[in-house]
Amino acid sequence: MADTVTNPAASGTATVPGAAPAPDFSNWSCPLPLRDHPRVVMGHGGGGAMSAELVANLFAPAFGGTALAGLGDSATVALGGARLAFSTDSYVVRPLFFPGGGIGDLAVNGTVNDLAMSGARAAYLSCGFILEEGVEMAVVGRIAETMGAAARAAGVEIVTGDTKVVESGRGDGVYVNTAGIGLVPAGVDIRPQRAAPGDVVIVSGEIGLHGVAIMSVREGLEFGARVESDCAALGGLVEAMLAVTQDIHVLRDPTRGGLGAAVNEIASAAGVGVALRERAIPVPDQVASACAILGLDPMYVANEGKLVAFVPRDQADAVLAAMHAHPLGARAAVIGECVDDHHGMVVARTAFGGTRVVDLPLGEQLPRIC
Amino acid sequence: MKYLAEFQNPDLAKGLLDDIRATVTRPWALMEVCGGQTHTIIRHGIDQLLPDEVELIHGPGCPVCVTPLEVIDKALEIASRPEVIFCSFGDMLRVPGTDRDLFRVRGEGGDVRVVYSPLDALEIARENPHREVVFFGIGFETTAPPNAMTVHQARKQNIRNFSMLVSHVRVPPAIEAIMTSADCRVQGFLAAGHVCSVMGTAEYPELAEKFRVPIVVTGFEPLDILEGVRRTVRQLERGEHTVDNAYPRAVRPEGNPAARAMLEDVFEVTDRAWRGIGVIPQSGWRLSDKYRDQDAEHRFDVTGINTCEPSACRSGEVLQGLLKPNECEAFGTTCTPRTPLGATMVSSEGACAAYYLYRRLGTPAANREASPVG
Amino acid sequence: MTRILERDGTRMAVMDFGGVEKDVCLEYLPDLRVDEYAIVHVGFALQRLDEESARKTLGLFEELGLLQEEFGDPWEAAAASGPALEWAAADAAAGAASAAATASAEADR
Repeated sequence: MADTVTNPAASGTATVPGAAPAPDFSNWSCPLPLRDHPRVVMGHGGGGAMSAELVANLFAPAFGGTALAGLGDSATVALGGARLAFSTDSYVVRPLFFPGGGIGDLAVNGTVNDLAMSGARAAYLSCGFILEEGVEMAVVGRIAETMGAAARAAGVEIVTGDTKVVESGRGDGVYVNTAGIGLVPAGVDIRPQRAAPGDVVIVSGEIGLHGVAIMSVREGLEFGARVESDCAALGGLVEAMLAVTQDIHVLRDPTRGGLGAAVNEIASAAGVGVALRERAIPVPDQVASACAILGLDPMYVANEGKLVAFVPRDQADAVLAAMHAHPLGARAAVIGECVDDHHGMVVARTAFGGTRVVDLPLGEQLPRIC
Repeated sequence: MKYLAEFQNPDLAKGLLDDIRATVTRPWALMEVCGGQTHTIIRHGIDQLLPDEVELIHGPGCPVCVTPLEVIDKALEIASRPEVIFCSFGDMLRVPGTDRDLFRVRGEGGDVRVVYSPLDALEIARENPHREVVFFGIGFETTAPPNAMTVHQARKQNIRNFSMLVSHVRVPPAIEAIMTSADCRVQGFLAAGHVCSVMGTAEYPELAEKFRVPIVVTGFEPLDILEGVRRTVRQLERGEHTVDNAYPRAVRPEGNPAARAMLEDVFEVTDRAWRGIGVIPQSGWRLSDKYRDQDAEHRFDVTGINTCEPSACRSGEVLQGLLKPNECEAFGTTCTPRTPLGATMVSSEGACAAYYLYRRLGTPAANREASPVG
Repeated sequence: MTRILERDGTRMAVMDFGGVEKDVCLEYLPDLRVDEYAIVHVGFALQRLDEESARKTLGLFEELGLLQEEFGDPWEAAAASGPALEWAAADAAAGAASAAATASAEADR
């Protein structure tokens, strides 16, 4: 790739409007975002409210620009007459290999999926490695192999990269960053702000598998389970859905923070309410069991090969049928709808017929004892 | 999971609910004692299904929430020391002390680790002989036996770099304190099933008789909660006040004698402060003299830390159903889920936190708002 | 319970929680046998689960359900009085997990 990405604001055709305010360090707009934490804590990377506030209150004002303000999984920028989806993600997973995958396929599929959530087919990826002194070369080799295989499977090419080594003890073995670009098809406009009352909410399959697979092998929590990560590239599934209708309103891959965080972000971005039907949400038995033991809610457990879609009601049946015909959407289910009520909030009807608020998790989900 | 999924079956709730509706003739205020039960109620919306006459008051039974500020401050001090690996159940990390929480300590370089079981902490001590490993031993009578066994095993296996910061609490003195407070509205208790799995039911007849309240030992699944409510309401309507076991699959009258014997050996009863409530006599356990050298408070000399609870917090009144959360001056201003002053705002199931969350909900809130505290 | 083992002089067992296996300390329930169920909390078996009682309790719930059928559908009453949202279709069957802190453990054959 010879193209350089120019400032999307300068091109004058970025799709997301609104000017970013100048940073005001004496008076943050959000209650207690950072003054509350003079240092970074794990919750700032947990994909919940603290992550969102860090971006909204520290990064976005400092960077300015307009595309960032969209705060989607990827930005959509105009360049040379084409609309490009552009995204980056860093991978710090521990352990490096887990049932059903490893940091390599995760790094490729994660960025491919972020692009797919704009409706784009990923074309090119970059990768950056931060390696810790002393890591076995065989480990690095295995990660590279899995990245190559994942890229080939997703139909994307890794075209540029960078490697840095940090002293022993100053890294966690291997960190990987990938960034990617892909073309957004003409007529496609998928972003969180487009969620509208009447939209049907669809999830592409069983939730919680990736998070439970990781936890099953994480130090201190280990348990025996035949659960594998759902790590997969979703570009093909999204193409199949777009073949039915280009008018898909929102796509989101519910990674960190799980389905609960993803749907909350959409409700909040679009200022709509979301009503979920808990019984319709596919939760595998083993995920339910693991969550029961650890005191976790499957709604907030990470996925790496699932998407949640907001689709106009009159298109929902056809989109669902197309998903069912695709291997990665075979267990897709309608799990709720977008409503013109309790704006910005997600409410679930429980199996018993009661309701509960599905709140945006603050930071990382913690095993509870009581 | 067998014998778990069956008790989560919504199809069987109909009969229970209908029986409650058919029985109830006037308003009753019940308290579920355990935070686990509160969690089930909120998680499945059980309280919304009950007839209007039945009010559930959420009790002080979340051990994380009631751990006193002073003990949290001691934990933060110990966890900050460079030689210490501080191990805790996960949900304790977010509970704020006076000026920070365990997450913050970790951000500042402290070695704070989440474990699933106290035995995992003992394992960490075995693997790190040159570090001091401290486990944060909190909880009710259910968590106390595992923690007692861990202290006992550390002694038996001569693992000297392991100690425990103990802040255990006991249910019966809490029931007594609630019932003796002025204006108490509680008319019946759903007792914590797993506490009774360990302790048995012998402590309760005296309380039921003294305060003339039905006490029904209740499990944790949605159907268990409904059965506990059903049996309590039945007693109230009949003017009875006995101890009833609605959780016989897990509770025997004698409890678990082996666990009780270990508790006797490792712990001794002590007065204990409850966050937001104050000191309740004889309501806690601390390590007995025999195990004093494994008491982290002494090993790290933090006994001098004395923190007073914030006076603005009125969670004690909220817990007893005397005050609605939004009637407290601090509610939503100086006290929010992110900056909680007291127990009821700390946990997402706490009455104040639930109230804070649900008041943002449009139409259903009108119904919902009434439910946590009436 | 699946199998019993000994570690550092402590009686332990591998227990199966609906397809998820975890090591559990048996010191408080030393006579628990393979294929029996137990209440487990933070890695400790605290009480044997009495299957006969469990079946009886479920039987009682079912009986209550049969009795009330003569009196109409309480769900309609609940929907009328409660804050339940409007739902057009019946819920699809799918498991929703409980996050109860303890679990009865299931033996794996």
